[in-house]
Amino acid sequence: MSDTTLPSLKPSPRRATSPLRSRALRARVSHALAVLFGVSLLTFLVAHATGDPVTLLLPANAPEATRIALAHHLGLDQPLPVQYGLFLLHALQGDFGRSFLYGQPVAPLVLQTLPATLELAAAAFCIALLVGLPLGVLSASRGGVASAALQLLSMLGLAMPAFWLGLMLVLVFAVQLHLLPVDSSGGVSHLVLPALTLSLLSLARISRLVRSGMQEILDRDFIRTARARGLPEWRVVWVHGLRNVLVPVVTMAGMELGDLLSSAVVVEVVFAWPGIGRLSVEALGARDFPLLQGTVFIAGLGFVLINLLADILCARIDPRIASGATSSGSIAP
Amino acid sequence: MSTHLVDVSGLDVRFGATHAVRDFSLAVAQGESVGLVGESGSGKSAALLALLGLHPEARVQVSARTLRVGGTDLLSATGPQLRDLRGGVAGLIFQDPLAALNPLLTVGAQVSEVLRRHRRLPARAARQEAAALLALVGITDAQARLGHYPHEFSGGMRQRVMIATALAGQPRLLLADEPTTALDVSVQSEIVRLILRLRAERGMGLLWVTHDLALMAGIVDRVVVMYAGRVMETAPVDALYGRPRHPYTQTLLASLPRLDRPHRPRAALPAEATAPGHGAQTGCPFAPRCPRRFSACDTLPPLFTDGATQAACWLLA
Repeated sequence: MSDTTLPSLKPSPRRATSPLRSRALRARVSHALAVLFGVSLLTFLVAHATGDPVTLLLPANAPEATRIALAHHLGLDQPLPVQYGLFLLHALQGDFGRSFLYGQPVAPLVLQTLPATLELAAAAFCIALLVGLPLGVLSASRGGVASAALQLLSMLGLAMPAFWLGLMLVLVFAVQLHLLPVDSSGGVSHLVLPALTLSLLSLARISRLVRSGMQEILDRDFIRTARARGLPEWRVVWVHGLRNVLVPVVTMAGMELGDLLSSAVVVEVVFAWPGIGRLSVEALGARDFPLLQGTVFIAGLGFVLINLLADILCARIDPRIASGATSSGSIAP
Repeated sequence: MSTHLVDVSGLDVRFGATHAVRDFSLAVAQGESVGLVGESGSGKSAALLALLGLHPEARVQVSARTLRVGGTDLLSATGPQLRDLRGGVAGLIFQDPLAALNPLLTVGAQVSEVLRRHRRLPARAARQEAAALLALVGITDAQARLGHYPHEFSGGMRQRVMIATALAGQPRLLLADEPTTALDVSVQSEIVRLILRLRAERGMGLLWVTHDLALMAGIVDRVVVMYAGRVMETAPVDALYGRPRHPYTQTLLASLPRLDRPHRPRAALPAEATAPGHGAQTGCPFAPRCPRRFSACDTLPPLFTDGATQAACWLLA
């Protein structure tokens, strides 16, 4: 029996116990830190290059001495590298400075608005996944109505910018039909329009990815095997098929969630949603450097964490990723 | 109604314009083992898939006068009847277990799902039975390997897993589509012996599809030889090897290497195999390559019976 399990073929301790091996995890984390550093540097430079907060904070006819005093008070008279170094040093201790605009520490200010944004992004993400995933699967496995719906939604989602879509939804559902409120004050009904607006692009992209992945997977040999086992069609499609499509979908869903955070800026402004996006637009308008840095940094941190989570999730779905085995079993992202 | 496990006549399978299987007939008795032999493209796998209704309806047209497997009439079967047949009445082993097993489900899950579907076992019992089945097909440390994925097994071990999934529904018929072709030579004979042992123990009928005529000796009771989508000859295995009637079978056998006569010149078939192809076959499909062709070959020959042998050749008329 040359082919029965030799000792070397037995499950060895080398078999990955954690979803990502610690070395891969370390590489991911340092990658994430590098991204965060880049984000903070870029925000800092772009913000400083585009305007002067002192001019914006003081009346146009303020005397030169007042300007200099304010610039000194805000620390803006120091060389840029020093300013950035100080920012970084304080940021590492969780201190993002004081907002020029509100005169309050930035960190609590940002954290106060964070829940509203997370609520919006999470709602939009759930809509995108809970509608997009089944829509993609049904359109690949059955066609018909699901395909038509997918065509329509992806056309809407991909072709219409969020601010326009948001305005149209408000016009139809709030102004004309009076079905839903326009403003942002509490309650699930207030969440519906902004979340729908925010979700549509992601929904379109996710359902299209799922559909094309499923179309390819449903032609594979192991799908025929599953049918040859007499399994019901739902199990063939939703278990044997869908699982093989999930890895690229999860990777993309992670990026989508990050995208939702950034698209939230536009949607929050359109719907006057009191989130981090609206705060960062305000900060940008007033060249409120500390506040801007704080919002961007926290959004960036969220983005990086989500992607890290997606990587770990992928390794759980496809054990070949964790063990480093290469095979053509599932489709490439 | 026949008591045959497989009862097929007049089977045609078309992939669009390609007519892969033509007027195919086959009978497999309870517990009988039959080899279905042909070159690639002869339609043997297409015929096998038709037995379980596995061709996608949208792309493949299947028609037949009779198409019964284990008492299920595939021409009129409902969805649930088809699913009881697949895996329950007939277990199917595919050629390439790496492609045919789901890469993202553990082997335990893939054996268990058959047990749960066809034997209605609850989850825990199915897992126990799955371990027993893996042990039965020769996988050591079966309990622990339930949680492993197909890529963690060697090729031969993967085919054993495939066999375990095919056995799980306690089928009366085992369908094997080139089950050893994708394996290392050293592993092939083990898999052959395993399948034969399980067949004997469980009294299953066996339909073994292969391009390897030599392999069939000592494995099956009867051989069906296909060419260009048609049955050329069907005969008990001894008769086929001892006195092949159809020139195609004769040429195939003459092309095999023989240990007892190593220096015997081996026959080679001239030119390309006739494609199963397009349009009607008006004459014998083998005629263009046949060494014994004569005027009658321009007309399609029916199956002539000679003793226990049937052959589609005018020489037997």
